[in-house]
Amino acid sequence: MAAALDIATTILVFGLAYAMLLFIISVGLSITMGLMGFVNLAHGAFAMVGGYITVKLVTPMGVPYLLALVIAFFLVAALGAVMDRLLYRHVYGRPELDQVLFTIGIVFASVAGVSFVWGPDPQNILLPEILLGDIDLGFKSIPVYRAFMIVAGGAIVAALFFGLERTKIGAQVRAAVDNRRMAESCGIPTGRLFTIIFALGSGMAALGGGLGIQILGGLKPVFAFEYLVIFLIVVAVGGLGNIRGTFVAALILGIIDFAGKYFLPEGGGFFIYGVTFIVLLWRPHGLFGKA
Amino acid sequence: MTAAAVRTNGAAAAKLLRAHRFRAIELLPWLIAIAVYFLFPGYRLLATQILVLILFAISLDLIVGYAGIVSLGHAAFFGTGAYTAALLADAGWQEPLSALALGAVTAGLLGWVSGWIILRTRELTLLMLTMALGIILYELAKDLDDITGGFDGINFENSAILGLFPFDVLYYTTNYWYAFAFLVLGFLVARTVVHAPFGRSLVGIRENVRRMHAIGTPVQQRMRHVYVIAAMIAGVAGAIWVQVQGNITIGVYEFEMSGNILIMLILGGTGRLYGAFIGVTVFTILENLTETVLGTDPPYWELVVGIVLVLTVLFAPRGLLGVFDPLIRRYRERTP
Repeated sequence: MAAALDIATTILVFGLAYAMLLFIISVGLSITMGLMGFVNLAHGAFAMVGGYITVKLVTPMGVPYLLALVIAFFLVAALGAVMDRLLYRHVYGRPELDQVLFTIGIVFASVAGVSFVWGPDPQNILLPEILLGDIDLGFKSIPVYRAFMIVAGGAIVAALFFGLERTKIGAQVRAAVDNRRMAESCGIPTGRLFTIIFALGSGMAALGGGLGIQILGGLKPVFAFEYLVIFLIVVAVGGLGNIRGTFVAALILGIIDFAGKYFLPEGGGFFIYGVTFIVLLWRPHGLFGKA
Repeated sequence: MTAAAVRTNGAAAAKLLRAHRFRAIELLPWLIAIAVYFLFPGYRLLATQILVLILFAISLDLIVGYAGIVSLGHAAFFGTGAYTAALLADAGWQEPLSALALGAVTAGLLGWVSGWIILRTRELTLLMLTMALGIILYELAKDLDDITGGFDGINFENSAILGLFPFDVLYYTTNYWYAFAFLVLGFLVARTVVHAPFGRSLVGIRENVRRMHAIGTPVQQRMRHVYVIAAMIAGVAGAIWVQVQGNITIGVYEFEMSGNILIMLILGGTGRLYGAFIGVTVFTILENLTETVLGTDPPYWELVVGIVLVLTVLFAPRGLLGVFDPLIRRYRERTP
C-alpha cells in the first residue's frame, strides 16, 4: 500500500511538473494557431533559444537563475515580435503547405544557428542552491525543482487565465479567436493584436525552455525538432486557440507520458501518441475545440 | 446546351486529353538518369537513392498534391513495405520481385485500414493523426527490436532478379536499373491515375469538396482509394530502398523520413508529379554537397536548407518548378 502511494506520488509530481512545462510552451502556439490559423512549426525554436539564453546568462555570466528567466522571456518576446513583422507576416493567409515549409526552414536555420553560436554539445544548467534537494512531505520526499516547476507553472496558468478573462486585451483575443472578421469589424486591430500575442507566446516558450532544461534532460541544438511533435500534439488535443483545452491536454499528456515511461522504460514513448490518436478520433477538433 | 457551351466543353475536353499525351520534354529526366549511370559511376549509390526517393515523393504527391491530404506520416507505408521485403528475405524468401509485391500489399493494407479511420478528419487533425500513426509504428519497431533489429538493423540477401541479375551492393549496377525500372513503372501508374477521371475528381475534391459532394462524387471513397494507391507505391519504394542496400534499420519508420520527403515534395512543387523529381534531386544533392564540402560540424547543411526553404516560400511559392510557369504560359500564348 505504502509502495503504491509512493509510486502514485512520484508519477503525480513528476508528471505534473512535465505537464506544466508542456502547457507553458504550447499555450502560445495554441493561441497563434487559433487566431490566425497559422501553422508555426518553429515554435519550439523559440523555446530552445530561451533555454540557451538562460543557460548562458547563468553559467558564464553569473546572473541569478530567476532573473535570467525574466531576461530570456523579454529577449525572446522581442525576437518574436521582430520575426513576426519582418518574416512571418509574408506567409499569413498563405496555403498551409507554404507555412509548413517556411517554418520548418526556420527550424533548420535555428538549429544551425544555435550550434554555430553555442556549439553542438548538450548544455545543462547549475540550478541555484535553493532549488536543489528535496522537500519532505511526511510519507515521501519530492525534489524541490519539480515542486518549484509546479508552483511556477500554476502561477503562470493563473496569471494567463486572469489576463484572458479579465483584461481588455484578453477580451480582444477571445473575440478574435472566436470570429476574426467580426472582431475586425468592431474595430479590434487584429494585426497588432497578433504581433503582441506572438511576442507573448514566444516569450512564454522561452520561459518554458529556461525552466525545463533539467526536466527535458539538457539542451541540444536539435531540441527544436525533437519537441516540435509534442507541442503540436498538445495543441491539437486541446483544441486550437483554447487555453483551457491546452491546459487539460497538457495535464493528460504530461502525466500519461511520464507514467508510461515510468512503468515501461523501453516502450513508454508509445502511449502519448496512442492517446492522441484516440482523442482525435473521438473529438477531431480537440477536447475543447469548436467545430 | 448552346453551341458556345458545346464548343467550350469540347475545348476543355481537348485540353484534358492533351495533358495526358506525352511530350518530348518528358523524356528529359529519364535521359539524365541514364546518362548519370554512365557518367558518374562513383555516385551510383547516391543516384539510386535519389531514384527511390523520387518514387516515394511521387506517391506522396498523389495524396498531398492531388487529393489535398497533407501527411506527415508517409514513412509508415515506406517502412512497412521495407520491413515486409526485408523480413521475408531474412526468413529465407529471397526472391526480390515477389517480396516487393508483398511489400506493396502490406503497405496497401495499412493504407486501407488507416485511411478508413484517418480520412474522416481534416486539416490539422488529419496532419496530427498521420504523424501519430507514423510515430506509433516507429516506437513499435523500436520496442520489437528482436524482430526488427532496432537501430543496429538486419542484413539480408536477395537472390538474383528473375534469376538473371544478381544485386551488387558494391557497384550498384543491377541495383540502379532495378530502382530505375520501378520508378518508370510507378511514375506511369501515377501519371495515368492523375489524368484519369478519377484523378480529376481528386483535384475537384481538393479545390472544392462541397461541390464534389453536391454533384454526387463519393468523396470519402475516392480519397480512400487514392490513399491506398499512394500507400502501395510508397511500400514499393521502401522495399526497393532496403533491397538495394541489403540492410534495414528502424530508420525507415523515422519521423525525419516523413518530414524530409514532404519538404522535398513541396520544394519541387506539389500536384505536378515532376515536382518530385526536382525537389528530391535538389535536396539530396545539396545535402551531399554541403556535407562533403563544408562538413557536418558545425551543421552547415541545416543552415543551407533552412535558408533555401524560407526563400522558396517567399519567392517561389509554387515550388521550384512553379518558377517556370509564367514563362511557359507566355510561350504558349505566343505560339497557339
